[in-house]
Amino acid sequence: MNESVPLPIARKGSQLLKYLRPTFGVVVLLFILYRLYSVLVIRHEYGADTWTRLLITGLIIGGVYALIAIGYTLVYGILFMINFAHGEVMMLGAYAGFFVFEALKSIKVSSEPPLNFSNANPVISIIIAFAVGMTVSALSGFLLEKIAYRPLRKAPRLVPLISAIGASIFLQNAAQLLFSPQLRDVTNPEILRRGIGWKILINGSNVIIPYTGVFTFALSILLLIGLYIIVRKTKLGRAMRAVALDKKTAALMGIDVDKTISQTFLISGALAGAAGVMWGIHNGLVYYFVGFIPGIKAFTAAVLGGIGNLPGAMLGGLFLGLIESMGPAALGINFQLKDVLAFAILILVLTFRPSGLLGEVLSEEKV
Amino acid sequence: MILNVENINVHYGAIHALREVSFTLSKGEIVALIGANGAGKSTSLNTVSGLLHPTSGKVVYLGEDISNTSPQEIVRRGIVQVPEGRKIFAKMSVWENLEMGAYTVSDRKVVDERMESVFMRFPRLKERRNQPGGTLSGGEQQMLAIARGLMAGPKVLLLDEPSMGLAPILVEQIFDIIREINDSGTSILLVEQNALMALSIADRGYVLDTGRVVLQGIADDLLHNPFVINAYLGGETTE
Repeated sequence: MNESVPLPIARKGSQLLKYLRPTFGVVVLLFILYRLYSVLVIRHEYGADTWTRLLITGLIIGGVYALIAIGYTLVYGILFMINFAHGEVMMLGAYAGFFVFEALKSIKVSSEPPLNFSNANPVISIIIAFAVGMTVSALSGFLLEKIAYRPLRKAPRLVPLISAIGASIFLQNAAQLLFSPQLRDVTNPEILRRGIGWKILINGSNVIIPYTGVFTFALSILLLIGLYIIVRKTKLGRAMRAVALDKKTAALMGIDVDKTISQTFLISGALAGAAGVMWGIHNGLVYYFVGFIPGIKAFTAAVLGGIGNLPGAMLGGLFLGLIESMGPAALGINFQLKDVLAFAILILVLTFRPSGLLGEVLSEEKV
Repeated sequence: MILNVENINVHYGAIHALREVSFTLSKGEIVALIGANGAGKSTSLNTVSGLLHPTSGKVVYLGEDISNTSPQEIVRRGIVQVPEGRKIFAKMSVWENLEMGAYTVSDRKVVDERMESVFMRFPRLKERRNQPGGTLSGGEQQMLAIARGLMAGPKVLLLDEPSMGLAPILVEQIFDIIREINDSGTSILLVEQNALMALSIADRGYVLDTGRVVLQGIADDLLHNPFVINAYLGGETTE
């Protein structure tokens, strides 16, 4: 066995760092506890109805994050690189969904009463939107790997990372040129109109559970379960895991390593595409920059759960969604600071537990 | 002749790893490639497996040139390598490792039959079928690696240093298994630093040194060759 001994890392000021880190941790923890105490116990700022609303929002956005985070984790597991263009893959899916709904809306089924295809056959329309969105994103992920990453397979690890950032900027600008920089309003079929939903009465006030949200959440969970089954139970999943563990040995088992890597990009692209279409349906706005923030958030979710770890990405996504929606309220800070909170989590995880919540310790061989 | 390697040259970038190497393997034979570290033994196996491609020369298998065939296609055609250092999938169970070995086999019935026969040959593995491969002992891991190779149903089995890091008693056991596998009809190309063990079960042998074949012949003759005795058998006769 090649037992590689990890070299001791000599770092200047590591002595200082040793005390700085726990001190920082304790300060952050105390601050959070103080805020939680003052908001929840002393001030009682929000009632149960508000908390329920925040919980619903968190779960919906968390499901979307989880779908995108899976893509980061799958690709990292197999190539040990962060596919920073993954958010743009999602953006292309969102555009595809938007254009499908626009096209179906323009098909008139009858003029009296005025009815278009999108409203006449809402289920079929939604299925078409997802099929097209997922296909477009899967193909863009596939091409992205072929063009931007495969030629760099043997290069140092930083090189494909830079290529990924370049691809991300390229795709954003290409989308801006092709689809114009204007914000596009996605028109859902009537049955999934935004803002309507089931009403439940909590604390004497109506809490709306939006149809789009329920749909988004349910579909995310279904796709996550489907993916888990693919990875755990099918031959393709087994090939993916083998390639992730050891490419050379995988090739000796008769696995086509290049094909498996392509398939990984197809799958993660398809999930990002589904997330993109959902984003359009639930949030309503699609533009060239729409993938950037969710992309980085999902990356945070993947790191939070332990990058390379599949259940970790799923839980990390949901967890991040919940923190983002309920965190500002719980800490008594402005709701616009939710992004700050999400990225503060990224920093905290990287500082205190780089392997993530469910993370595995990376073997020397892998790195 | 099942496998015929003709004058191959292999380069790693600027490094010339194999120079005009030729060797053959007939059906039912065990052929040993021996030599020191860096002599080119593993490089030879990896070239046969398709992980490396020769810059010149040919690898001919069952009459077909496979020098530029992909590794997965070579496995499909029946040349299977058990890599150096065992390289089992540590996080997968014994059963999953064996399933990985049968990746190229699409017929479920064949996989189940082979699983059965592999478990007959290695009852230890059957006991531990649900244990992660990484928790097995060194000897068991080597058995798993060989068993995994057999799952593909090889016509030619390439074994890279099967005795590496094992206690002498385990080495004996592994070599007995190799002989049994050979008796049941699989041709074997064996790479070993343990020249004595390798030549004692092989029919023929090749001695590699810095990328060249420097000596070849019947295994018994090589065992008594003064050069081999001096260089690889510690300078003592083995009788």
